[in-house]
Amino acid sequence: MNNPDFKHGVIEMAHGSGGRTSATLIESLFVRHFDNPLLQQGNDQAAFAVTSGRMVITTDAHVVSPLFFPGGDIGSLSVHGTINDVAMAGAQPLYLSAAFILEEGFPLAELERIVISMARASRETGIPVVTGDTKVVERGKGDGVFITTTGIGVIPDGIHISGHLARPGDAIILSGYIGDHGTAILSSREGLEFGTTITSDSAALHTLVAAMIEVAPDIRCLRDPTRGGLATTLNELARQSGVGMHIEEAAIPLRAEVRGACELLGLDPLYMANEGKLVCIVPQQSAGRLLARMHHHPLARQAAIIGHVTSDERNLVVMQTGFGGMRVVDWLAGEQLPRIC
Amino acid sequence: MKYIDEFRDGDTARLLAGLIHKEVSPDRNYRLMEFCGGHTHAIFRFGIVDLMPENVRFVHGPGCPVCVLPAGRIEAAIRLAESSDIILCTYADLMRVPAGKKDSLHKARARGADIRMIYSATDALAIAQANPERQVVFFAIGFETTTPPTAAVIRIAAAMALTNFTVFCNHVLTPPAMAHILASGEASIDGILGPSHVSTIIGSQAYADCCAQYRMPLVIAGFEPVDVIQSTLLLIRQINEGIHRVENQYTRAVSASGNRKAKALMDEIFELRPRFEWRGLGELPDSALAIRHTYAAFDAEKRFHMAPVTTTDIKGCICPAVLRGVSNPDECKLFGTVCTPEEPKGACMVSSEGACAAYYSYGRFRAEVTS
Repeated sequence: MNNPDFKHGVIEMAHGSGGRTSATLIESLFVRHFDNPLLQQGNDQAAFAVTSGRMVITTDAHVVSPLFFPGGDIGSLSVHGTINDVAMAGAQPLYLSAAFILEEGFPLAELERIVISMARASRETGIPVVTGDTKVVERGKGDGVFITTTGIGVIPDGIHISGHLARPGDAIILSGYIGDHGTAILSSREGLEFGTTITSDSAALHTLVAAMIEVAPDIRCLRDPTRGGLATTLNELARQSGVGMHIEEAAIPLRAEVRGACELLGLDPLYMANEGKLVCIVPQQSAGRLLARMHHHPLARQAAIIGHVTSDERNLVVMQTGFGGMRVVDWLAGEQLPRIC
Repeated sequence: MKYIDEFRDGDTARLLAGLIHKEVSPDRNYRLMEFCGGHTHAIFRFGIVDLMPENVRFVHGPGCPVCVLPAGRIEAAIRLAESSDIILCTYADLMRVPAGKKDSLHKARARGADIRMIYSATDALAIAQANPERQVVFFAIGFETTTPPTAAVIRIAAAMALTNFTVFCNHVLTPPAMAHILASGEASIDGILGPSHVSTIIGSQAYADCCAQYRMPLVIAGFEPVDVIQSTLLLIRQINEGIHRVENQYTRAVSASGNRKAKALMDEIFELRPRFEWRGLGELPDSALAIRHTYAAFDAEKRFHMAPVTTTDIKGCICPAVLRGVSNPDECKLFGTVCTPEEPKGACMVSSEGACAAYYSYGRFRAEVTS
């Protein structure tokens, strides 16, 4: 069996047929790079022992454009994103699965680059990809590559974290600078390329979460403000918990470069995506201790208390602006678009 | 951030607001029209209304590029995109604007039309170069700010002798719209916050005739909150002194004569349309631009024999009255119920520059928030 040509070759329909060509691709690419005992067994599933306690499962489909961006690519993103969704329940992630939908004609060199990046992210986080699937769609019926990852994890005893548990008076903590990922993606998007030193914040947050619940087991909500940004996450939590939120613009960590790019394009950083940040809602009495611990973690050096939960039947998120006025921070309607005038 | 932070400084704003409180005469009202959507947006986003005395009121003007485009023009573009194998390129905001029969460019794209969102006029040109076998139409809209880039791509396309690139021109002019609003007297206003970006192109003197004829104070104002508040103060002073002239607060970008190069370019490519329909304002003479005969090869209306389309506006939608400064968005029965940014019925709810969208996003719960 000849190995695929990872230098000049492209994805062909046969790579998804389930025949020998598929098997070669799986062996020489996925098994080779994701390399772990469960995957090497060559089954259509991974079997493992179950620990006691509550388990979590989550799945995330990744369709990012462009596939490669400053600070990451669809591969590392698909590992970090799913680990983070597991971690936001306070859980320790255990295993990942990955499904690839590949478009006929997609360069194998790019696919290998993505898989190597995924494998590196998996190795660095210590969470193996133990099972997966590959399908090929005809040219024009996909966008290069789509990756769906599923993650499972286990929640330590005594931890109950959920979006519906915020209570009036709780502190709202943000783990760091907002908008880096969204700005990095925009800066490399076709037709809008602009020079910037901003890189995506894509990172796995499970070790941060583990450190956080150690000092503050009473954390009520955790969520990573990905698509839709901080504004959307706060609105989601407010609605789920039946509360309002009050935040201070001046307290929100924001890089000057991100602010500048947003100003130029007429976008609001509150709605820009993040891939390595979390929002935490915690009772006031634990907030100081928790913040101090977060500042010792490399992924939360700029963590800050950005506001508090209020009692509000309309579940509004309001913000004291740096200018001194008040404004509603609403749900995003449609997608954020650069202004015309 | 330089040129931003100074103009968003809360202390400066409160200082200027204090002067406004001191200088307003308590026994009269000051109704000030902010012509541009950019100002409407700033007024709401920064809570400027909260800093103003009771008797200083902002009236929203028609300066939102997608809001004033009549549904018929969008419908015409949709018909073109669906009837021929063309690539239609347009600015993003326009995609969601309601055309006739609950249609929009977004929906047409979902049905299979090749409609592409672009960020700049040059993107449309690049698409034409990359697809020499297909006709590419740039659906151009906007006031004088976006007109020079359209003129530039037409000139480049002509120099390159491109045969697959045309422009569906919908560029409109600010001074005629302003004159129309003042002439109708429908919106009772005492002063105008003049456009900022538009004025960088056309210059402050472009409003001189209009101000003189209608004895209307006008201050060209930047888009930052301190700009808006300082310009408001300057307007109030003019009103109190009983004078009416064009003042320029936005001196860091606007000159008296504007951008001569851009104006010359516009003049080379475009001529006045005898009549053009505006959403809300109706048909206005000499208020829009058409592509000159010399460049007719790049005029989509001519190449594709585009026929005018008339549509009826959505029942109950008061966008037309909002655009004329006669009504406030929250006076509309559809506002916030049937018509929201997710499901816009009227154009003013679509664009971030639209008055309804600004009201909805920032001001919907204003009474409760400030209490």
